[in-house]
Amino acid sequence: MVTQRVDHKWGMVVDLDRCTGCQACVVACQSENNLPINTKDLFLQRRAYEWIRIERYWEGEFPDVKARFIPIMCQHCENAPCEPVCPVFATYHNDEGLNVQVYNRCVGTRYCANNCPYQVRFFNYWEPVWPERLRNHLNPDVTVRSRGIMEKCSFCIQRIRRAEVTVERRERSNLDYATMKKRNFLPACVSACPTNALNFADQADASGPVKEYFDDVNEHPHNEAHDRKTRGYRLLEEMGTKPNVIYLKKVDPFPLRKGVGHGS
Amino acid sequence: MQEGRVLPAKEINRDLLRSILTTPNWYWVTVAVMAIIVLGAMSAAGLMINRGMGMTGLNRPVMWGFFIVNFVFWIGISHAGVMLSAILRLSKAEWRRPATRAAEVLTVFSLMTAVMMPLIHTGRPWRLVYWVYTLPFVPYDFARGIWPNIRSPLVWDPSAIFTYLTSSILFVMVALIPDMAVLRDRTTGIRHQAYALMAMGWQGTPRQWKLQIISGILLSALILPVFVSVHSIVSWDFGMAVAVKSWHSTIFAPYFVVGAVHSGVSAVVFVMILLRWIYGWENYIRHEHIDALGRLLIVVATGWFYFFVMEVIFGFYGREADEIAVREFQFTQPPWNLWFIFFTGLTYFLPVSLWLFKWTRRNLWIMSIACISVNIGMWLERFLIIVPGLAQKQMFTFTWYTYAPSAVEITIIGGTFAMVTLLMLLFSKVLPLIPLYDIKEGDMLKTEIKIGRATVPAVFRED
Repeated sequence: MVTQRVDHKWGMVVDLDRCTGCQACVVACQSENNLPINTKDLFLQRRAYEWIRIERYWEGEFPDVKARFIPIMCQHCENAPCEPVCPVFATYHNDEGLNVQVYNRCVGTRYCANNCPYQVRFFNYWEPVWPERLRNHLNPDVTVRSRGIMEKCSFCIQRIRRAEVTVERRERSNLDYATMKKRNFLPACVSACPTNALNFADQADASGPVKEYFDDVNEHPHNEAHDRKTRGYRLLEEMGTKPNVIYLKKVDPFPLRKGVGHGS
Repeated sequence: MQEGRVLPAKEINRDLLRSILTTPNWYWVTVAVMAIIVLGAMSAAGLMINRGMGMTGLNRPVMWGFFIVNFVFWIGISHAGVMLSAILRLSKAEWRRPATRAAEVLTVFSLMTAVMMPLIHTGRPWRLVYWVYTLPFVPYDFARGIWPNIRSPLVWDPSAIFTYLTSSILFVMVALIPDMAVLRDRTTGIRHQAYALMAMGWQGTPRQWKLQIISGILLSALILPVFVSVHSIVSWDFGMAVAVKSWHSTIFAPYFVVGAVHSGVSAVVFVMILLRWIYGWENYIRHEHIDALGRLLIVVATGWFYFFVMEVIFGFYGREADEIAVREFQFTQPPWNLWFIFFTGLTYFLPVSLWLFKWTRRNLWIMSIACISVNIGMWLERFLIIVPGLAQKQMFTFTWYTYAPSAVEITIIGGTFAMVTLLMLLFSKVLPLIPLYDIKEGDMLKTEIKIGRATVPAVFRED
């Protein structure tokens, strides 16, 4: 545990223009966070665990067709619909802007998952088992969840905590963002992204990659007059959940011909 | 004016205590069959708790399924007791007398069954201690500074339900005291001692009668707000969910309460017809009672239908594309549209058309069919409210799926019906399901004497 009072507010920016749908983030998340192996059975039962998933949508109709990718993880909403419905405070907001899940508290009502508009909460329907040869691959920093527990993306809070401890204990330094940045506190998906589509930083820090977008989106909350200077938007903004994840619109230099596809 | 003749008190005692003092052969057979079904359901639940919730048909978008449907259904059935007992007692409806006890007992047992459903649904019932802190004998762990989340409807739920359970048990017990005394005087040995303990020294003195009547009326009046609140709060489990479009509605509270009364009173009518048949209580549960309940049910059903139509209209009135998409899904896409037609037909059009005529209301077979149809329909109603909104038509199409119950879920649901039947049967073995003193009081009020040429009631009740 660190002793300093830190007032970070973490945020993520997802640039859809850079996302190629390669799923590297999904694999990185899977191994970092001790997610159970997603077998074929789990997929067919629709109970697969994907704390971050690449949703793929088709635009247009064959042969004029384009694949669109959008990585979706827990949005860490400021007004999270999942939080007030939990009877035991198993999910709550911490003071770093993260929506955290307390596995020991969870009783398994699954109300939070019903109330999540992004469908990013995963219930352990079965006791997770790993093959014998993968026994040593589990991350010791992350709890292994048993059956009956709800889990979801934590923005790799174990990495943030480890960086904090390193900075404070070993380097006797302050926990400001500039010092933290030198340590690896990025979530696994962000580290793994080959095209830098995912960016993670303190929302208030000007040297980080996300401040510009958060400021813009916060200043023009409804974007009614299309007055945002950046491509930033939040998912399901009209629900008022105020996610701490911002998506940047895709810029398509070669749009599909008009009159093609489902939208026509 | 009531139909039926005035019976001597001795005959009333003999008839209504028959179920307790004698045991027919079919009784133990039925009890055994029901107990086997309950045991089967308990093993299924045990298997599910042992292996994990994967034994159910639940999946990622559909996190709530048959268990919650069944929970809402049994909470609904439990609303009959107060509706019949408290409201009709306060409004002095004479025809309530043979129905009250069965309705109250059905309330208690269906509530107990309903309470089990969320615990089975969570899959790890020992974690109850973190959640249902309202039980007085479960100490809540405040020492670590972790409190229950009072913003959650799932905390309001146990508070409301346990209040209702406590008050309805009290309600039954107060009404039972004079009958316990009758049983105390007619039994020997250990049963005598048990009844003597439960009769709490009842001697039938005027003061005791006065206290008993006052407490009955007081409890009736006090239980009414609880009765309205329970199903309102259960409906807020759904109404408070912003992300599920077909749930997020302000009309749910009255809609659920009226629906609960609809299914509950129907269930009571069916139970009464069964009791009349199996215990031969033709002199007590008469056609006029079933007739009166049938007329009451027309009103309740039509009130329910109004809220049902309003709920649909509110859905469209908001002109929210997502909500309209869910409605369209419910009304037009198979198999949901077929279930929907079944549900409206079984809940309203079939039973109400059967209740419209006097000869159908006085035909017990037709009444049984109508009342069972209402309950099948109301079960379907809860299913159609809960599942389609979760399964599909969320804003991100990527996670759409559907839901089919597993064998484990169906077994447990069947077990709950067997359990309520079993508990009712066991109760009928121990305590009278028709209040003796209430029937006698009704007969007393019915007695007429001749003064000169005029016929006047023998007793006037103080109001």
